[in-house]
Amino acid sequence: MNALFAPGFFTNGIVHSALIVGAVVAVVAAVVGTFTVLRAQSFAGHALGEVGATGGSAAILAGTNPLWGFIGIAVVAAAAIELLGVRQPRSRDLATGLVLGAGLGLAALFLYLGTTSQSTTGASITVLFGSLFVVSMQMVPSIVTLSIVALAIVVVCYRRLLLTSLNPDLAAARGVSLRPVSALYLLALAIAVSLSAETIGAVLSTALLVGPPAAALRLTKRPIAALVAAAGIGVLATWLGILLAYDSYTWPPSGRGWPVSFFIVVFVFCFYLLAQLRGRKVTRG
Amino acid sequence: MSARVLEGREAPVLSLRDVSADLAGRRVLDGVTFAVQPGEFTALIGTNGAGKTTLLRVILGLQPTSSGTVELAGARRGRRSVGYVPQKVLLDPDMPLRARDVVALGMDGHRLGIPVSPRAGRVRRARVEAALASVDALDFADARVGTLSGGEQQRVLIAHALIGEPELLLLDEPLANLDLRSQHEVVALLARVAEQHRVAVVMSAHDMNPLLPVMQRIVYLAGGRAVSGSTEEVVRSEVLSALYGHHVDVLRVHGRILVVAGEGDEPVRPPGEEPGSVESGIVSVP
Ligand SMILES: Nc1ncnc2c1ncn2[C@@H]1O[C@H](COP(=O)(O)OP(=O)(O)OP(=O)(O)O)[C@@H](O)[C@H]1O
Ligand SMILES: [Mg+2]
Repeated sequence: MNALFAPGFFTNGIVHSALIVGAVVAVVAAVVGTFTVLRAQSFAGHALGEVGATGGSAAILAGTNPLWGFIGIAVVAAAAIELLGVRQPRSRDLATGLVLGAGLGLAALFLYLGTTSQSTTGASITVLFGSLFVVSMQMVPSIVTLSIVALAIVVVCYRRLLLTSLNPDLAAARGVSLRPVSALYLLALAIAVSLSAETIGAVLSTALLVGPPAAALRLTKRPIAALVAAAGIGVLATWLGILLAYDSYTWPPSGRGWPVSFFIVVFVFCFYLLAQLRGRKVTRG
Repeated sequence: MSARVLEGREAPVLSLRDVSADLAGRRVLDGVTFAVQPGEFTALIGTNGAGKTTLLRVILGLQPTSSGTVELAGARRGRRSVGYVPQKVLLDPDMPLRARDVVALGMDGHRLGIPVSPRAGRVRRARVEAALASVDALDFADARVGTLSGGEQQRVLIAHALIGEPELLLLDEPLANLDLRSQHEVVALLARVAEQHRVAVVMSAHDMNPLLPVMQRIVYLAGGRAVSGSTEEVVRSEVLSALYGHHVDVLRVHGRILVVAGEGDEPVRPPGEEPGSVESGIVSVP
């Protein structure tokens, strides 16, 4: 037992909040991410994560929690993508790429200023690679509120999201205006990416966003089942990651522990491979 | 103007008056006028680039017009009742949707929230089942929709369009990519639907021949202009020559109709058309 759950795992307060926050964020990332995959917007998700890092590092410079900077910039970037973007996937990717390029330059600047002026190297590392173990308890209510907003958008727009992802013309013919759906969806995406970045970091947030849904889509042909499976895979990967990260404090090179984000992403990838093997039979029938 | 309107006793489900539309600064539809009566089967015929897709999108309101009016019966009563099957839809094989889910979205895809009530669920399932049955799609109702063949997807999309009980069903080249047998089946199916549900069907095609047995009206598009009427009224050498702006012959062979660009006389041709060219797609050599 102790070999798996290192002493103190179940009594440690930091571990508790990591398990809760990690699960909430994994669910939001998986539910929003399922539509990211279906709408072929993984690139937009990735770009929002990278650009959001600008806001995260600026917030650290300003002395507030990086999540607020992250959300702020991600929402602005999402609006820019929506305004620049057109319906053709290629033009949309171009718009995304332009916003990404503009954002990354600023991110580099702020991270540089942050590390040199205040010797907060740790903070920059946190923005880029995150850590569930340093999410402060005060942030929990904000994280939960933001999660509810993102999930509510998906639940309210659920059928419209499915129909517009299936084929925009079919949706428009049914009287669905495409613009509000796509704008609301990008807002949910900005929130999901920011939350993922807060926990596993800007660089790895895309993995949590699209990994579990990509695996889930191999396993089922029903939309609700896909959402549930994606959420399950995301939560499982996150919890297993936290467990191993906690255990790793006793691993070499001893004392510092391995980053929890690393473990989460590895588990996400393993689940994807497993689903890929398992899922070949599920498509037809 | 070369367009004609047939007077019907009932109010038409669809009427276009002098509709023009421009795409990228080019006039793609030019003074199109016609009306469709309830339950009528209309063939929208034209070569590649004649403007068929544009015309259907104009009717749906997906493409703005430059001038003219489009009136839909349902729109007057504040209810959308147009079903649409776009051209060349290829559904993503990764979509976690069964054929029956796609059909259900035709009924309530515009609604908000996630459907949960079990009672509503039963009613919903029964309607989906009936729609699938009406297009002979029950065999693959539970297959992931993106893995179905083009013809099977076509049927699912027709069911998706029909389940909203539209008064008008618009189909953009539903026979493209179908083998001859499936073409006949789809045409028979649409004729049956038009008759039983009293749905006006407007379907585009580049070849009118598969539709001859069932169509009650033809809207013939060329160079953005249209003539409308019965097959006998429209598919005549004088009418089509006037529409094309150069001489064309209409040949009736073995119950098929061939429209062939004429030879000899110097055509008054619309811009962009080769003199004496064969209108590909409309001409079919048996
Ligand atoms: N988005 C667009 N921008 C500019 N021109 C366009 C656009 N879409 C269509 N067109 C032009 O409008 C004309 C009519 O196109 P449309 O797609 O309506 O033809 P169609 O009759 O449906 O042809 P097909 O049989 O090939 O489907 C064509 O000449 C085409 O080049
Ligand atoms: Mg077309």
